[in-house]
Amino acid sequence: MSKTFTLDGKPIPFEDGQTIMEAATAAGVYIPHLCHHPEFTPHGSCKLCNVNVNGRTCSACTFPATEGQDVLSETTEINQDRQKITQMLFIEGNHLCPGCEKSGNCQLQAVAYHLNMLDNHFPHFYPKREMDASHPDVMIDHNRCIFCSLCVRASQQADGKNVFAISGRGINKHLIVNSESGQLKDSDINAGDRAAHICPTGAILIKRTGYTVPIGERIYDHKQIDQVSLETEHESHD
Amino acid sequence: MESFIQNLVETHARRPTRLLAILRAVQARYFHIPDQAIRFLSKELNIPTTRIIGVIEFYSFLHLTPRGRYDILISDSITDHMLGKHNLMDYLSNKLSVSPGNVREDGLISLDNTSCTGMCDQGPAGLINGHAITRLDRSRIDAIAQLIDEQKALEDWPKEFFQVADNIYQSDLLLSSRISAGEGLQATFARGLKETLLEVDQSGLRGRGGAGFNTAMKWRFCSEESEQERYVVCNADEGEPGTFKDRVLLNSYADQVFEGMTICAALIGARQGFLYLRGEYLHLYQKLENILNQRRQTGLLGNNILGKGLNFDIEICLGAGAYICGEESALIESLEGKCGIPRNRPPYPVSQGYLNKPTVVNNVETFVATANIALHGGAWFAAKGTEKSQGTKILSISGDCLRPGIYEYPFGVTVRQILEDCDAHDVLGVQIGGPSGTFISNQELDRILGFEDLATGGSFIVFNSTRNILDIVRNFTDFFAHESCGFCTPCRVGTSLLKNQLDKIVDGHGSAGDVVALEELTRLVKNHSHCGLGQTAANPIIHTLERYPDLYQSQLKNISYEPGFDLNASLETARRMANRNDAGAHLAQVEE
Amino acid sequence: MTNKIRVATTSLAGCFGCHMSFLDIDERMLQLAEAVEFDRSPITDIERCTNCDIGLIEGGVCNSENVHVLREFRKNCKTLVAVGACAINGGLPAMRNFIPLEECLAEAYLDGIGVENPQIPSDPELPLLLDKVRPIHEIVKIDYFLPGCPPSADVFWKFLTDLLEGREPSLPYELVHYD
Repeated sequence: MSKTFTLDGKPIPFEDGQTIMEAATAAGVYIPHLCHHPEFTPHGSCKLCNVNVNGRTCSACTFPATEGQDVLSETTEINQDRQKITQMLFIEGNHLCPGCEKSGNCQLQAVAYHLNMLDNHFPHFYPKREMDASHPDVMIDHNRCIFCSLCVRASQQADGKNVFAISGRGINKHLIVNSESGQLKDSDINAGDRAAHICPTGAILIKRTGYTVPIGERIYDHKQIDQVSLETEHESHD
Repeated sequence: MESFIQNLVETHARRPTRLLAILRAVQARYFHIPDQAIRFLSKELNIPTTRIIGVIEFYSFLHLTPRGRYDILISDSITDHMLGKHNLMDYLSNKLSVSPGNVREDGLISLDNTSCTGMCDQGPAGLINGHAITRLDRSRIDAIAQLIDEQKALEDWPKEFFQVADNIYQSDLLLSSRISAGEGLQATFARGLKETLLEVDQSGLRGRGGAGFNTAMKWRFCSEESEQERYVVCNADEGEPGTFKDRVLLNSYADQVFEGMTICAALIGARQGFLYLRGEYLHLYQKLENILNQRRQTGLLGNNILGKGLNFDIEICLGAGAYICGEESALIESLEGKCGIPRNRPPYPVSQGYLNKPTVVNNVETFVATANIALHGGAWFAAKGTEKSQGTKILSISGDCLRPGIYEYPFGVTVRQILEDCDAHDVLGVQIGGPSGTFISNQELDRILGFEDLATGGSFIVFNSTRNILDIVRNFTDFFAHESCGFCTPCRVGTSLLKNQLDKIVDGHGSAGDVVALEELTRLVKNHSHCGLGQTAANPIIHTLERYPDLYQSQLKNISYEPGFDLNASLETARRMANRNDAGAHLAQVEE
Repeated sequence: MTNKIRVATTSLAGCFGCHMSFLDIDERMLQLAEAVEFDRSPITDIERCTNCDIGLIEGGVCNSENVHVLREFRKNCKTLVAVGACAINGGLPAMRNFIPLEECLAEAYLDGIGVENPQIPSDPELPLLLDKVRPIHEIVKIDYFLPGCPPSADVFWKFLTDLLEGREPSLPYELVHYD
């Protein structure tokens, strides 16, 4: 008999050392997330995967599964809070989807769709952020960075490089590039790097590929992120 | 520059864990961390430049661009405000011809605000080139301005500018105990290590930093880890506004602090300890180093301590201006030379702390208590206090009272008693445990200090009826937004949203829905944040909303909605450029 | 006639694309016309909005006139709806928020290529620009939001029929788009 915990009343088997997220994904249950990716060390920063574990709020991507845990995820209240946290990410940066080539393939947008987010709710910060289009193949639009650190982790853990880091404190957090000039062109990133493709939003883009698939025919135009996520991340977990 | 840094790197044994100490030294010498230094350090320490820049941009006392040769920071604690900080800052700014947040054109002076410097009993206070200055007033500022004009070295300034008094007004078990160096350790060895841990257990001692985890249990957990390399860390990052008792303990009871750490090392089997001293307490650094040396010379630190085969030493690590480093896992990250970002837990530090080895992190006062418990026994300590909160608690009392300073009480003491002792009158409310703690009104003065009622790390700020509660809450809310590490969404964005929403209401731009929106935000930030900072950042608003709902309501306008920004001001640029001032060139904030 | 639901529409800092999309409900417009009548709207050329049930606002707020129109709508419409990306978050016009207004005006009227007789227009008839383009919920209270750039005709149809038939309006997944 394998060990189990319950997730929204449903028994979920797990192995020792698995997080709630890993066990849920393996069992085909989606928990919303942005900073989590099964191939990389869990980060626990976006807080979209916050679930209620025996009455306590925990991040599913970092919290270990244990026998008999009672976990709540898909409650109205938790999903409302997830929507608010997503809205925080939208107003913190400058997420103007109609002008973004990632639209339709963007996980931030897809999570928002999934949570039926119709507006941004909070007053917008409209921060002034820069773009770095210096590299011939890869560009950064800092307006769309949500500090999930996936590019940082992918560069270290998949590419064996150290191209990105998150710097600054509090609301002044920002993505920085490891190169003498601080620009992408002087870093050792390549268009083929995992780090260049991992961004869940339109902050890191591969140049000249933005509109190969037209708007309306993109990943999340017809499929919800729960389905897409389980299809792609289930395999990675195995 | 390269030879200076080369030496520095060698002094620190080329260890990246010493990055913070190295950067502090570079900052002190060059008034910032120059590009060249970053690149050189990157090579010497074999770490990416991004990690170094990340650390510099994380800590308030490190800078990428030059500060003045006299870098003046004024404490922005509510207690400093109550002592007239605003007027003094204006005066200082005029006198020195530099506005807060800026460097004067000649590069001689920079001026800024800084979070509470732990001098609330002798403010308004500040830091000059990292050194604490106390009791600022106009005449002292005049003198400082002149000294800077003459470009006098800090060493030649009048000593009394830098004097920090202990101000101990009430002593109990710990503050009246004058055990001499080594006594606690001798008692420990005489009794036996296991037996001493039992005494700590019997004392009922819980962590004095505020969270109140059982000390003996923490030590036992750590000692039971299979990994043999273990660490003892003393958390002296006393950053909670209104707290300064660790400053006094380190100034006058340092031997007991180190003794407690050494006893802990003996009990859990650690060879290395760290005192993480907040950067604001730089003035204590040399004194503490001297005491450590003394202890080494008298066989109380180093190899074979007291001939009992214990090998243990303590290193002092200075912080660089980050409240979050008081959180134990952030503190450990900082000790490792990184940004102070709290870790995901589990694993907890007792199993994976410093360098992922089992680590005990305790507050300064906890170590003082254990040194005393080792000598006097658990029963001696447990005899004081209440059933759930044994022993005594040292408080830092500041604000509206005639005798601000240090007071030690058995747990169970009423707030009323304390207010009487510190000579506080016409009390409106008390902030217990600092901004992250609890605000109580004058209707609750019979409540007691203790884990069963008002848990506290020791901050106790008194407000009299001349004070404006919303000003207080605003100061605290600004503090959390400034100190949020920014790791998680709810705290990074939420603390800024709280600040903006509160400002909107307090500035009189709020309408009916705005308090509801504020409450919603407090709930989100409290429930979803990654660590204690975010989980408590909304407390000042939550506690005062509960107690003074009318106060908030009275700020609201009787309209359905008002913008959170100044509409008419947002036309200013266009008005100026079009050279217009007709009626159509203005907007009312709300519809008339 | 008097039992009909009164609807007003306007475009502030928008491109009228949302209005065009609204018209894309095509023949359903006839069905709609049986239930609603239009008050102030580009469709009617009525200049002032009077007691309405529903106000549809396209576009964000970029100048003082937008503020006045938005307030007029809020005052006269029981239910006010933010229609499209610009009304919801400022949209593409908000991309100027990252350039100081001073520079925007200078580029357009003083230093730009091809500018003749450089001067900032100062006729009192002209509305002044706000320093930032704002979404409409930051100026007045908004009851519903219809995202999209533009929201599709089906979004308009679903929302209005929900309202007309007394249901709480809701949009299924396929209709929620920000682009």
